[in-house]
Amino acid sequence: MSTLLKYTLRIADNSLILGQRMAEWCSKGPTLEEDIAMSNIALDLFGQANGFLEYASKIDGQKTADDLAFKRDASNFYNFCLVEVENGHFGNTMIRSLLFDTFYLLFYKELSKSQDENLSALAFKSLKEIKYHFRHSQNWIIRLGDGTKESNKKVQESLNNLWKYTDEFFEIDNVDQIMIDQKIGVNTSLLKKEWTEIIESTINEAKLIKPSTIKMITGGRDGKHSNKLSSLLKEMQYLPRKYPNAKW
Amino acid sequence: MQNGKINKIWKLLETVPDPEIPVISVIDLGVIRDITVKNNYYKITITPTYSGCPAMKTIQDDIKTCLKKNNINNFDFIIKYSPAWTTDWMSKRTKDKLLKYGISPPSDITICPQCKSKNTKLVSEFGATACKAFYKCLDCLEPFESFKCI
Ligand SMILES: [Zn+2]
Repeated sequence: MSTLLKYTLRIADNSLILGQRMAEWCSKGPTLEEDIAMSNIALDLFGQANGFLEYASKIDGQKTADDLAFKRDASNFYNFCLVEVENGHFGNTMIRSLLFDTFYLLFYKELSKSQDENLSALAFKSLKEIKYHFRHSQNWIIRLGDGTKESNKKVQESLNNLWKYTDEFFEIDNVDQIMIDQKIGVNTSLLKKEWTEIIESTINEAKLIKPSTIKMITGGRDGKHSNKLSSLLKEMQYLPRKYPNAKW
Repeated sequence: MQNGKINKIWKLLETVPDPEIPVISVIDLGVIRDITVKNNYYKITITPTYSGCPAMKTIQDDIKTCLKKNNINNFDFIIKYSPAWTTDWMSKRTKDKLLKYGISPPSDITICPQCKSKNTKLVSEFGATACKAFYKCLDCLEPFESFKCI
């Protein structure tokens, strides 16, 4: 697999898998407004994933964007471990979104300067949308953290639980290094400082406590996933796998 | 003659309504960026509005139907992401149409479509479709939708 293909799939897979998780809230949101909000965010993420998958399909030359979404196994998905984590309660979903949105906000800002004009165009487009996803998750965390004793306790637990997945954002491996050298990819290790500042100021305002450094979990970007991803894919890929020629 | 045909396509597309906001056309929406011709084959360049907008597919289908009905069959679409679509591409006339239809147009100041008050409040950044946010008027108390500024 070409380096550019893997790099593009990593970006696409984060949006696709998080989109699927957000879509699981559809018809189950805590309020009608939130049900609509999360379904809309899921749609944005699917749209973004589609753009990157179309480009990946072009690089691949054989598989279509749908093949890439619906015919790969978990070990060939390269998303962050964070995005496949189950939704849990609403506050847990919002913590997961806050950690991810903050990172993707910074990531897309940099990727929009990429020398690869497809990636830069898709990043610029996606950046416009991730901005309001970020405002949404940030507002909720401030509201829940600085809410009742119960809501504060719940989101603090989620923050503690999900913190271990955040180091993966800033890892640089061979694929990244080659893309950085070609001025295509983003040096995400340089984004850690700003990410940490935004997260710290948000959790301060939310009266939450920053979790202490714990053993980090990574590997998603190389296809090492929890069995949660397989369950997610089983549902997401059910129809095209069961009825390969289905049209709609 | 080919230029004449291109102009005709532009004119025809003015009759294709946005599938979710039928008072404006796909031209008003600003998604049609270019129409070119080569060897009697037309390329229509469209740019997506919001990534998650399912109407983009419907827009292409509606354009196909309209052109085929007018005996234009030799065309195809190019999807272009850059420059990214922005609500700035909507004309004042389009924005007036939206307001009249009951949707507050994209702007720094959100106006209540019922009583035209500027004293309004955001309820949710997400509405019934990808392009709209949900607002409330603090004067007449009516809820309304506003076109998101992007
Ligand atoms: Zn009013």
